[in-house]
Amino acid sequence: MTISADLDSPAGGSPAARRDSASQWRLMWWQFRRHRLAVVSSFVLLFIAFVGIFCEFLAPFSPNAFSPRYTYAPPQRLHFFDRDADGGLIWRPYVNGYKITIDPQALRRIFTVDETVKYPVGFFVKSEPYPMWGGLFTLETRLMGPVKKGDPMFLLGADRLGRDMLSRIIYGTRISMSIGLVGVTLSLLLGIILGGISGYKGGMIDNVIQRVIEFILSLPTTPLWLGLAAAMPNNWPPLRIYFAITLILSLIGWTSLARVIRGRFLSLRTEDFVTAARLDGASEPRIVFRHMAPSFVSHIIAEVSLAIPAMILAETALSFLGLGLQPPIVSWGVLLQEAQNIRSIVTAPWLFAPGVAVVIAVLSLNFVGDGLRDAADPYRQ
Amino acid sequence: MTFDPPMKPPASDLVVEVKDLSTWFDTGRQVIKAVDNMNLALRRGRTHCIVGESGSGKSVTARSILNIVPKPGRIVKGEVLLYGAGTASGTIDLAKLHPKARQIRAIRGRDISMIFQEPMSSLSPVHTIGQQIIETIRLHRPVGRKEARERAIEMLAQVKIPRPERSIDSYPFEFSGGMRQRAMIAMALVCEPKLVIADEPTTALDVTTQAEILDLMKGLQQRHGMALMFITHDMGVVAEIADDVTVMYNGEVVEHGPVNDIFFAARHPYTQKLLASVRALESRSHRAGPAAKSGSGDAILEVSNLTMSFAGRRRMFSRKAPEAPVKALDDVSFTLKRGEILGIVGESGSGKTTLGRCILRILAPSSGGILFKGRDTAPVDLAPLPQAKVKPYWRRMRMIFQDPFSSLNPRMTVYQVIAEPLLNHGVTEKRVLEDQVAGLLERVGLASDAMWRYPHAFSGGQRQRIGIARTIALRPELIVADEATSALDVSLRAQMLDLLLGLAHEFEMSLIFIGHDIGVIRYMCDRVAVMHRGRIVEIGDTDTVCDKPSHPYTRSLISAIPKPDPRLRGKTERIRYKSEVEG
Repeated sequence: MTISADLDSPAGGSPAARRDSASQWRLMWWQFRRHRLAVVSSFVLLFIAFVGIFCEFLAPFSPNAFSPRYTYAPPQRLHFFDRDADGGLIWRPYVNGYKITIDPQALRRIFTVDETVKYPVGFFVKSEPYPMWGGLFTLETRLMGPVKKGDPMFLLGADRLGRDMLSRIIYGTRISMSIGLVGVTLSLLLGIILGGISGYKGGMIDNVIQRVIEFILSLPTTPLWLGLAAAMPNNWPPLRIYFAITLILSLIGWTSLARVIRGRFLSLRTEDFVTAARLDGASEPRIVFRHMAPSFVSHIIAEVSLAIPAMILAETALSFLGLGLQPPIVSWGVLLQEAQNIRSIVTAPWLFAPGVAVVIAVLSLNFVGDGLRDAADPYRQ
Repeated sequence: MTFDPPMKPPASDLVVEVKDLSTWFDTGRQVIKAVDNMNLALRRGRTHCIVGESGSGKSVTARSILNIVPKPGRIVKGEVLLYGAGTASGTIDLAKLHPKARQIRAIRGRDISMIFQEPMSSLSPVHTIGQQIIETIRLHRPVGRKEARERAIEMLAQVKIPRPERSIDSYPFEFSGGMRQRAMIAMALVCEPKLVIADEPTTALDVTTQAEILDLMKGLQQRHGMALMFITHDMGVVAEIADDVTVMYNGEVVEHGPVNDIFFAARHPYTQKLLASVRALESRSHRAGPAAKSGSGDAILEVSNLTMSFAGRRRMFSRKAPEAPVKALDDVSFTLKRGEILGIVGESGSGKTTLGRCILRILAPSSGGILFKGRDTAPVDLAPLPQAKVKPYWRRMRMIFQDPFSSLNPRMTVYQVIAEPLLNHGVTEKRVLEDQVAGLLERVGLASDAMWRYPHAFSGGQRQRIGIARTIALRPELIVADEATSALDVSLRAQMLDLLLGLAHEFEMSLIFIGHDIGVIRYMCDRVAVMHRGRIVEIGDTDTVCDKPSHPYTRSLISAIPKPDPRLRGKTERIRYKSEVEG
């Protein structure tokens, strides 16, 4: 067949020669790069990860700072340019104030934008000292916030207690994303050990492990989670609850990963090149780690990136029902508890913003997982 | 010359004419010209063979005619003219029609039908043979259910399926490979098409079954008078059935003409090379020494009464007795002399691969002995040893695999692949390893800088050379080569066999060469063992077994092999063998 130039490998050396000596990971990268949606999604994920890691600095307020004056305040628009005395545009970010009236019938406060009041907003503003990374050190600067302490700034609105939604979502990112990662790591450990043994040894051991997996998969998950979550003592500290929840999630999550890993082991075990390695005199550990592992690691990475969104959704669901994480811990699921009633849909739709965050995170994880899965076996014809 | 060259038929015999057909695959990164400027004329009552190596564009041509090119392939230009579709006169250009248009769907099956290589995957597993044939009839003919069924039974009888009234209600999995292909042929012919396209219809079958199917197709063509387009890579099959031949290479037609012209007056160098490599396998290699170095009596391997049975499946919660064990090897005994090349030949399921794997103790035989006499070690019976104790002998006994693609780890460089056995047997210094790998690569005919590339950079033949380099790295005394050339194109086979012969002489290795192709066996082996249903039915010198076979099964096997010489057509008498087991 006529093979024209390999467009994907940039200049420098003949493209064919580059492909010939390209390792598995390089081939995978070339393949992954062709999946546009996955590449875009990985940037989104990097951004989410950045937000999660530096949430204390990025959030304008502490997640639990409340102001009774501004309960259910709607989102404000952030203006970057202001007019100076001569009417010219100058760079001076500000938000408008609220005009508060009381609806005499519903006895509810109604917020309207007050164009005349301007609260200046600054970057790298001084704030009250807050602990960074769980108290590793304290900072007194936040990325942005009102220049004068106490001025209102609710870019995504405020909740029932007048807490800033934006700050709460930013803090929730850390918990929600990390619970997915930690949960999947636990599942992966269980899955690799049990699935690997099952697939490599085969026979009776395989039979037993598979029956156990089928039993676990046959349990209805939501009632099980509910039961386990309800069994947790009320007086546990939030951190312990957090780890208990990840444990509960991964107790179910490992089964599907174990099946995937077992399947790869089974199909690899009968490959000619594994038989060849045995005839070459390779020891059992060498066969597993040197010859077989490289061919399934990429598949496992792809599977894992598809398992994380399931974890995040499970945590969100549990917390939404009030059985997962408990306040004062802030996760997207905990935030969505506020949006449980019809009232919030009508009067404060911005309470659904954490839901948007969940959708964005889950979709981008799925797209990246999709791209990884397509790239996982670059040798497929 | 005893074979009458067919007269040139008049133009009105034309059924399908392909003009300047180009089918390209645009993968986004590159454009592959699978078929480029193809011209072809298919005539009533004649068999047109398309021959070429893998990837030469044979199958894509066939699919372009039916307009079923898989994505991202596209017919970019050219015409496929069908003369007189259905009852209409005049011509239709199939390439212009939309692939899903009503018009072309009516043509598929009625005017042009296709027989595929793998009958199991082209027949629906959830419908009976009868349902599938009846559906074909009723799609194209306004007949009732009952009438269609009678027609289907009649067709099954024509393709010589025994007891057609009962077989019609069987499912494809109840049929053997040959029977399935017969059913497929019945389905293709049931609407009496003007053209039947057969895409390697016998490649997946054993030689004896292949011979029967070829005979059947010839008979049916004489009876129905349709045009037959036959795609194959096997020049023997071409010689057997072709009237006209088109030779393809790299998506282009290099030569076409009547079969005798192609075989005896080939003009294009590629055709000449192809025929030369086919004919080379018709005789003994010049490198193979005088047959049978017997007399020395110095045996390296003595296999005695070897039996291997795979336990029948035991069903959970079943009170029934477990299924009877399957005997893959039944009382196999033979002796291999030092430096000898022994061929083991048989059809699929005859136990030849199991035998090879038992000798190397990849599988544990059920009973019997495998006495291995290494050059400077005490004789040892490998059969009863546990796996761990066999391991040291794997540096003296090595294996060459059939599939050059699955036997090399795609994630390791060639250097890592070839150095693996050396590394595991104590050579650890990197400089020494590199030198040795380079030497081995050069010995098998590859450049030494190939070691830094990955297997995906190499073609099938080159990969097989890498596999051979890995095999000889430890200077083994015995090599088991399991169908080492079956996956390669014909033009590469003789080279590969010569390489193996040279290495066997150089390193004084004994070779057990497992194969289904008598030509390859005769080319290089000193002795041949013929296996059938787990037993060795005949063993002896290659020439004796090939020319004067004594066992009826060997005779039927030899008579079934298509000879790459159209003059011998119809000259060899087919001998059919029915074993006692079949009753």
